This record gives sequence, structure tokens and C-alpha cells, in this order.
Amino acid sequence: MTTTPEVEEEETEAAVPPTPPKRRITWQKLTFLPAALVAVLLATWLWFNQAHLDAISKNALSNGQVSKALWRHVQLTVISTFFVLIIAIPLGILLTRAAFRKAAPVAMTFANMGQATPAIGLLALLVIWLGTGEKAALIGIIIYAVLPVLSNTIAGLKANDPTLLEAARGIGMSPLGVLAKVELPLAVPLILAGVRTALVLNVGTATLATFGGGGGLGVLITTGITTQRMPVLVLGSILTVSLALLVDWLASLAELLLRPRGLEAGS
Amino acid sequence: MPEPSASERSASEPGTATSGASIELENLTKRYPGSADPAVESVNMEIKAGELVVFVGPSGCGKSTTLKMINRLIEPTGGRIRIGGEDVTDIDPVKLRRKVGYAIQSSGLFPHMTVAQNIALVPKMIGWSKSRIRNRVEEMLDLVGLDAGEFQGRYPRQLSGGQQQRVGVARALAADPPVLLMDEPFGAVDPITRDHLQDELIRLQHELHKTIVFVTHDFDEAIKLGDRIAVLRERSHIAQFDTPEAILTNPADDFVSGFVGAGAALKRLNLTRVRDVEITDYPTVTVDDPLQNIFDKLRDSGTNEILLLDKRGRPYKWLRRGDMMRAKGSLARAGTLVSDTVTRDATLRDALEAVLTDNAGRVAVTGRRGEYTGVVDMETLMNSVHELLEADRLEAMEAQHELEEARALQTHAEQEGVGGEEKA
Repeated sequence: MTTTPEVEEEETEAAVPPTPPKRRITWQKLTFLPAALVAVLLATWLWFNQAHLDAISKNALSNGQVSKALWRHVQLTVISTFFVLIIAIPLGILLTRAAFRKAAPVAMTFANMGQATPAIGLLALLVIWLGTGEKAALIGIIIYAVLPVLSNTIAGLKANDPTLLEAARGIGMSPLGVLAKVELPLAVPLILAGVRTALVLNVGTATLATFGGGGGLGVLITTGITTQRMPVLVLGSILTVSLALLVDWLASLAELLLRPRGLEAGS
Repeated sequence: MPEPSASERSASEPGTATSGASIELENLTKRYPGSADPAVESVNMEIKAGELVVFVGPSGCGKSTTLKMINRLIEPTGGRIRIGGEDVTDIDPVKLRRKVGYAIQSSGLFPHMTVAQNIALVPKMIGWSKSRIRNRVEEMLDLVGLDAGEFQGRYPRQLSGGQQQRVGVARALAADPPVLLMDEPFGAVDPITRDHLQDELIRLQHELHKTIVFVTHDFDEAIKLGDRIAVLRERSHIAQFDTPEAILTNPADDFVSGFVGAGAALKRLNLTRVRDVEITDYPTVTVDDPLQNIFDKLRDSGTNEILLLDKRGRPYKWLRRGDMMRAKGSLARAGTLVSDTVTRDATLRDALEAVLTDNAGRVAVTGRRGEYTGVVDMETLMNSVHELLEADRLEAMEAQHELEEARALQTHAEQEGVGGEEKA
């Protein structure tokens, strides 16, 4: 059905049948994780309904404090990720340009240091320097998550076939055109993988924001520990884990959708 | 070459396509920092408009570097480049490259763009309208022998190697550049596909008359494609720059003859077509002729054999005198079937092959629809080849002589120049 009479045998023999546009997202992928999360949250809610809550626990969980903490946590994650992206991706691009390529190892060392330092220690240092508050918490999270995005951006851009880039220049693309139309689109899968890692990291690190006075779900966890109230601790932990899994799932969908068409076709 | 040069042909033909522009390289040099010897040393070359020039040489001889200096993918460290008389050594390289088509090994297509998007790249950059680009994409796919409706929406990875290479050529030609640079474009495809692509390129060039610079390390490819061949040795020194005929029959030195390899005379046969040699007439009869006529004709002809043509004038059987004796009233069983014919476009090599396999040492030549036009036999072939080789040799010697004179003049001029500077 796909053989073409008008082209010569050379073509028909090797012609790949034009595959129908592949469905990139299977329904299993689309439904499994949300279903699991709903089940976990439902179970938690049921358990909570029958659990005995004393005054301290009630105090910690009432007045919409849970939704407030959750919302705060999402905010922290989104804002920090946004800054990570606008810092790490341009930096990665810059460090792969001929003029700055020599600076790449230095920058990578710094990024590595950012991640190697224990997050809580980093946060403590920042609080000493900047005082408590949202700012210190955010900066801590950002420093911690720059590395995966930066290293993946650099790796993605470096992995591009040099002959392809030469072809792009050879047909008359400007350096900016080569970057925007060829280099970045081809590096998108790796960059997105870095972003996904950073997002999940940020959900985790944001729980530490509470030590810098930044709020978030970490508040519930620390309250649960210090007051020795199991339900509070469990709720904080389950919400954090669920959020991390949800964010990871959303990022994996984004990865599939944003990956340029044609990169996986036929292979 | 016996044919008029490409530029003359294109000039006489009203066409919409831009035909080639001349390329002049003057003392073109590339010296990489930190290495004592230049990678390319002082290349001087004039490529005529509409000519297909092949750079051939061992790997690492700088042929690719020389090519990339023409569109300044590699910036020369010395010398001038002129395209169509215009000095392009110092203009914006991006602008230059948009006027020079570029096709490379394994096509260089961008995998995240469809075939149509790949081809549309250069026209888009130089600001063509959308509808014009759409038409152009279809036109280009058609030109390289791919069905536009079927292929334009596909991604490169959904194509075979040969198809990708065709699209690569289509992309290089999309903005109708006068000059096309091809860097071992057919290096990564299988031999059969490569043969197809080479034939296609020859056909394209007949239609378009671009100036093409083609780099390869395959000497047979060079002979097949090139109007002229530049055999390059280390540092892109031109060992010989001449027509394929001249290089085959009169290699300039040991390096060139080593590169030409064995069987130069046989390779020479690939360059001449059957139509260029003398096709002799042969007595023929048709199947409709009465038997008696055939007898008479065979007797009158003085040859031992006669060619029987079928109803549409195509060679059918060779009839010998003995066959006729045994035929006894019917030709149905008499004679030997014609097993092999050649067209007037076949190469002499094909003809020789056919003659060698035929037990009587001759082959029938047919026209476009397979109709008989004449016969080529061993003797004709031998004589023609001898004449060809002799003519080539004479021509090459003349060219050699001219080249030496030109060189002497140049050295003279250079010495004068040096003297002049010293005086100043």
C-alpha cells in the first residue's frame, strides 16, 4: 500500500512506510499515576476522619493551614524553578559558545559545589547572611537546583552532531539562527530531562524552606516532629511526596509533548 | 569535450533558473595556528561558469578544506575568492553562503524538521513569500525525483539514505544559487544508490548548468561526474587539473597515475558513448520478407550473416548461411536470438562487454524504441579506442605545454614582483 510506482526500485526497497503520527502518550501513562495518587490521598483522608486529633494537632491543621502550606509549597517550587531555568539555560548556552567554552569547567565546579553542599547547611548560611524570610529560602533552593539544568543544557548542546551544525552554517544560517532553529530544538530532550530533575529536587528542598522561615509543607513536618503529633507529620509527608510525584508526572508529560517531532520517528 | 561548454548552452536557452557563475581562487591559503605547514597552500584555480569540477585526492590532502573556504565555512588565512567576478573574501559570510548551495555527506538534514521545512530553510531566510516557497518545495522535490505529496510531510529519519541525499541536494538548490558545493555527498550510501544518485546529478546538471564543485576520494566517481578534475595532493597542491580524458591518458606525474590506478584505458571507455564512434550498417531483412528475398540478400551481401528484424524493426535473430540451408521454408527455428543490444547512449565499455560476450564479436545498436540503427563490431571498437587515446594524448600534451608556459610566465611575474618590491 505504500510502495510508489513512480520512484525507482532503489526507493521502494528502502522506503519506510509513512508511519501514522505516533500517539506519544498512552492512556496507561495518562491515568496510572493520578489514579494512584487519588487512592493514596483518599486513604489518608479516610484515616484522618477516624483518627483522634487532640488540641495541638487540631491547632496545627485548622484554619486552612494545610491548604495554605500546600499552596506556599507550590509557589516556592514554581518560583525557584522559574529562576533556575532563566539562570541555568542561558548560562549553559553561553558556556557552549566558542568564546566562553573555556569557562565551562569553572562554572561547572561552582554548580557542583552548590549541589554538593548540604541543602540545610546552605540555607543556614543564607539565613545568617540575609536574615530569615522567603528570599533566603528561595535562593537556597535555586542554588541547589541549578546544576542538573546547567549540566544537561551543556550536555545537550554538546551532543549535537557537529557536521549538522556545520551544514546549518553552510546553508547560510546566522549564528543565532543555528542556535534557535537547530541547536536548541535538538537539545530539548536533554534540557527537559534536567528541568524535570530540578523540579522534583525543588519540591524536596522546599520542605527545608521552613527553617529559613519560608513556609511550605515543611512547616507541617517540623511541627509534627517537634510536637510529636503523628497525624500532622504523616499529612505533611504524604502531601510532599504526592506533590513530588505529581510534578514529576506533569514534567514527564511535558517532556513527551515538547520533544521535537521527527526525533523519534522511524527509529 | 566535444559538446559546447555548459555556459554557452545555458546562454542560448531561455530559462528561469540561475545558471552558474565562475569561481576564481587566487593564492588561497589556510594556515592553522600552531602548525608549521599550512593545511592548504596557495591554491590557484579558475572554474568556469556552468562547469562541474571534481576535487579528488587522498584523505587529508585538504580538498575538503579548500571547498569549505569557497563558502568560508573555513576562513582562509590568505588569498582571494571571486565568485562571478565579485570578490567575496571579505563580505558577510552568512550572505555569501545564502548564495552558494551546500550539500554534504549523509545529507545534513535537520531531523526535527520535515522534508518540506528543510528545503524551505534558505528561501525563508532570504525572504520569499509563503506561496512561492510552497511551490518551490514541490518543484525541488520533483526535480530530484521524489513525489512531493508523499514526501514533503515526512521527517528525514523516515527516508532511506538515498532519499535523504536527494532531499539534501534539493535543499542546497532551493534558493537557486549559481554555485553548488558538494562535500563527498554520496560517500555514505550503498554503491547501487550511489550510481543512481550520480546519474541523477548528471541529469540535473544538464538541466540547470550550475557551477558545481564536488569533493570525493573516489576517482571513478570523479571521472563519471567531472567536466574537469583537480587531482590534489598534500596541502591541496594541484597535481593535475584537466579533463578526465587527459588525466586518464596523460597523467602529469607518478602521483596522479598512482591515483588513477590500473586500467586507465578501460576507464577511458566509460567516457565515450556509442554514438561517438562509427556505427556500421549491416544487411538486414524483416520477418515479413519472403524467404527467397532473404536468401538473395544474404548471397548479395557478401557477409556470412544477416540480421533479422521483427515487425517493429527491432533486432531479432542473427541468420547464418548454414541456418538458411537448414531452415527449409520456415524461419521459426533458424538462427540465433539476439541476446544483447546497446543503445547509442551506452558507454563504449558496455559495448565492449556486449561484443566480448557475443560469439561473433559484434553487437546491434538500437534507437530509443529498440529499433535497429546499426552494428558495432570488435574492429570498430578497437580502431575507435586507438584513435581516442591518440587524440587524448595529443590534446593532453598540448595542454601540458600551455600549462608549463603559463607557469613559467607566472614565476617570471612573481620574480618581477619581488624585485619591484625590493626596489620600492
